[in-house]
Amino acid sequence: MDLSYTPEEEAFRAEVRAFLSEKLPRHLSEKVRLGKRLTKSDMVSWHAILNAQGWLAPNWPKEYGGAEWDAVQRMIFEEEACLAHAPRIVPFGLSMLAPVLMAFGSEEQCQHYLPRILSGEDWWCQGYSEPGAGSDLAALKTRAVRDGDHYVVNGQKTWTTLGQHANWIFCLVRTDADAKKQEGISFLLIDMNTPGVTVRPIVLIDGEAEVNEVFFDDVRVPVENLVGEENKGWTYAKYLLTHERTNIAGVGFSNAALATLKHVAASTQSGGKPLDQNPYFAARMALAEIDLMAMATTNLRVVSAAAKGQAPGPESSMLKIKGTVIRQELSSLLCRAAGPDAMPFLPDYLDGGDNVPAEGPEHAPAAAPNYFNMRKLSIFGGSNEIQRTIITKAILQL
Amino acid sequence: MDFNLTEERGLLRDMLQKFLGEKYGHEERRKLIASGKAYDAGIYAEMAELGVLGAMFSEDDGGLGGAGFDIAVVFEELGRAGVIEPILGNAVLAGSLIAELGTDNQKELIGSVIAGETLLALAHAEPASRYDLNHVTASAKTDGGQIALNGTKAHVLNGAQASMLVVSAREAGADFDETGISLFLVPTDAKGVTIVDHPNVDGTSAATIRLENVVVDEGARLGASGEAFAAIEAAVARATLAVSAEAVGAMEAAKALTIDYLKERKQFGIAIGKFQALQHRMADVLIEVEQARSAVINLAGHLDAPRALRERHVSATKNLIGRASALVGEEAVQMHGGIGMTDEYALSHFVRRMVMIDHLFGDVDHHLERFISLNAA
Ligand SMILES: Cc1cc2nc3c(=O)[nH]c(=O)nc-3n(C[C@H](O)[C@H](O)[C@H](O)COP(=O)(O)OP(=O)(O)OC[C@H]3O[C@@H](n4cnc5c(N)ncnc54)[C@H](O)[C@@H]3O)c2cc1C
Repeated sequence: MDLSYTPEEEAFRAEVRAFLSEKLPRHLSEKVRLGKRLTKSDMVSWHAILNAQGWLAPNWPKEYGGAEWDAVQRMIFEEEACLAHAPRIVPFGLSMLAPVLMAFGSEEQCQHYLPRILSGEDWWCQGYSEPGAGSDLAALKTRAVRDGDHYVVNGQKTWTTLGQHANWIFCLVRTDADAKKQEGISFLLIDMNTPGVTVRPIVLIDGEAEVNEVFFDDVRVPVENLVGEENKGWTYAKYLLTHERTNIAGVGFSNAALATLKHVAASTQSGGKPLDQNPYFAARMALAEIDLMAMATTNLRVVSAAAKGQAPGPESSMLKIKGTVIRQELSSLLCRAAGPDAMPFLPDYLDGGDNVPAEGPEHAPAAAPNYFNMRKLSIFGGSNEIQRTIITKAILQL
Repeated sequence: MDFNLTEERGLLRDMLQKFLGEKYGHEERRKLIASGKAYDAGIYAEMAELGVLGAMFSEDDGGLGGAGFDIAVVFEELGRAGVIEPILGNAVLAGSLIAELGTDNQKELIGSVIAGETLLALAHAEPASRYDLNHVTASAKTDGGQIALNGTKAHVLNGAQASMLVVSAREAGADFDETGISLFLVPTDAKGVTIVDHPNVDGTSAATIRLENVVVDEGARLGASGEAFAAIEAAVARATLAVSAEAVGAMEAAKALTIDYLKERKQFGIAIGKFQALQHRMADVLIEVEQARSAVINLAGHLDAPRALRERHVSATKNLIGRASALVGEEAVQMHGGIGMTDEYALSHFVRRMVMIDHLFGDVDHHLERFISLNAA
């Protein structure tokens, strides 16, 4: 075993660093650093910068305009991007839909949609969950009935992340009501500008509307928007879910959060000394760091064991659980570090205004909203309970 | 031993529970918060009439209670309903200090607080004081019969709604000294007072208050010059009990919502409450809520004990409440799935309050360290 990076990998890291320091706009990294909310144009502009560099799609093959990086390169990029406070890359088109299209879609679909994902022309969102179908995803009820060369779609999706910005949604729909739960589902691409599509925002515990309900009322979708075969959508959905879970360890996010936390704890006075000398706070911070150091290596072990470019199997469940627990703990500690200054609710400030009515350090206004928002990590992408069940069945075979 | 409430307290609890059940539902409360108001004056007046404010003061001061168990009973109900009305900063903090230190003349304010006519606020914490009660840098300089106050006060609960402030300022000593701190009554419309109001994450309201050469006379001082620290600590002990009991009420509400949800929500064809992975955690939630309740009882019973014993319970209780609140809040959200994270559903409101209570009067880390050092002393 050799834990050191090769000279090529070191060179790659240096290249990534140079790129970030040159091309990452300062106003964006400042927003990310302070936990402020990003607008659609913030996210779109960062995508465009990465695309111009050819780095927007690390996991795509070169023929489609991807970077075709290996696991270690991807990890290095993620680490550096997070530490530089780059905006997150919205995953729905790039790392969820695209692998499905490449594996199961038609050549025409790939030729049409993939370039538009890279260019930013299309913003995709994920229409899987429904009010009655959460963990039990296969219980979904949204129906698509064939009518000539269209499907007519009726039903409701929910928890659609950033759906307010999207013009396309990939959906799981029921095309055979009589088949067994998993066997009557199809994977459909729907233009959100089609008549009959309504998007309604849902405000979450942190005060921000990051998710939406999406309603379909006799929405006519051309049959060529079906991916793969009718009624085989569950296979594609599962394939997508393993991709969804690959980057969910969030090592880069945690590294960045830990760096911020250490800085804050050292510069916050508590009881006449820095907070990082409060033994209990310091111990929890150290435990999170120790866990993170090991998890980063677990992540690399799992990811590099998977074939090049492929998503790991049930091991990704392990990464999801540990990764989310660590990120949540770090957000909890950062919130606690803010002390009384975590209490004011300042949405205008978080939206980019700089009118801070309360006194306090600059990281404090986002601390509580961020802590509350991070609760989602153990719920979405297959809840941590569901991940444990996957581990129990698939790895432990209990 | 007797863990039953006295008849009066039981009656007050039942009355308050009924009143809040009818008038302070989740929808009303959400509307109130969305309106940007710090509280509902109508509801507040009715609560005053029910005796909620009176229960915070002893009979000697014109109230009908004032003991630890009175505070605990009232605040548990306020927590269960998610009440944002200004009772903590007004009656428990500022009011207690006037009751403790005030002259007969000054104490006349208490009557109008009990009647719901006057709102007080305690302006003690400062931008850098965090949880240290002795960290006071605002200054009070006497010149002739006049005193000039200067400084900035942070996170003043309902500071913008109050008509009278109880302000701490230093007359002698260095930043962290316990001696040298005095309290003054300052009308919020006094010259040199600027108030910036803001809502909190949990729907409550607070203000940043700046004092620039605010001039008061000797009659504005509460108690003896430089001797206010002990009273401030005792008032904060009462407030700590209040928010701890409030957290228990919020935990009870979150627990009840979660139990209902576990029974109702079906996935994989059965109620999710049938999954053992959730059942055992719900059992732990129940245990933690009972522990929290016991901790509140411990503090309520020792609120009038000698300082060393009282403060030991303050730190023990606040630490335990912080731990229990985090566990109960996080588990309740997790077991609800996505619904638990929405603003529309009541749970997230209780969870926000439970977690933010940890940021008032010292969090788990602060009180763990303090408990250890009090034990060593
Ligand atoms: C912020 C956020 C963003 C999201 N973004 C998207 C998106 O973009 N697109 C999309 O399609 N979906 C999205 N989701 C939905 C997400 O995938 C679901 O919330 C998730 O699958 C859980 O479903 P649920 O919320 O209905 O909870 P439920 O399935 O009702 O679960 C409730 C609780 O029961 C537990 N539970 C359920 N079944 C079992 C079991 N068999 N054993 C043990 N415990 C169990 C769960 O773990 C959870 O704790 C998002 C959710 C959130 C919160």
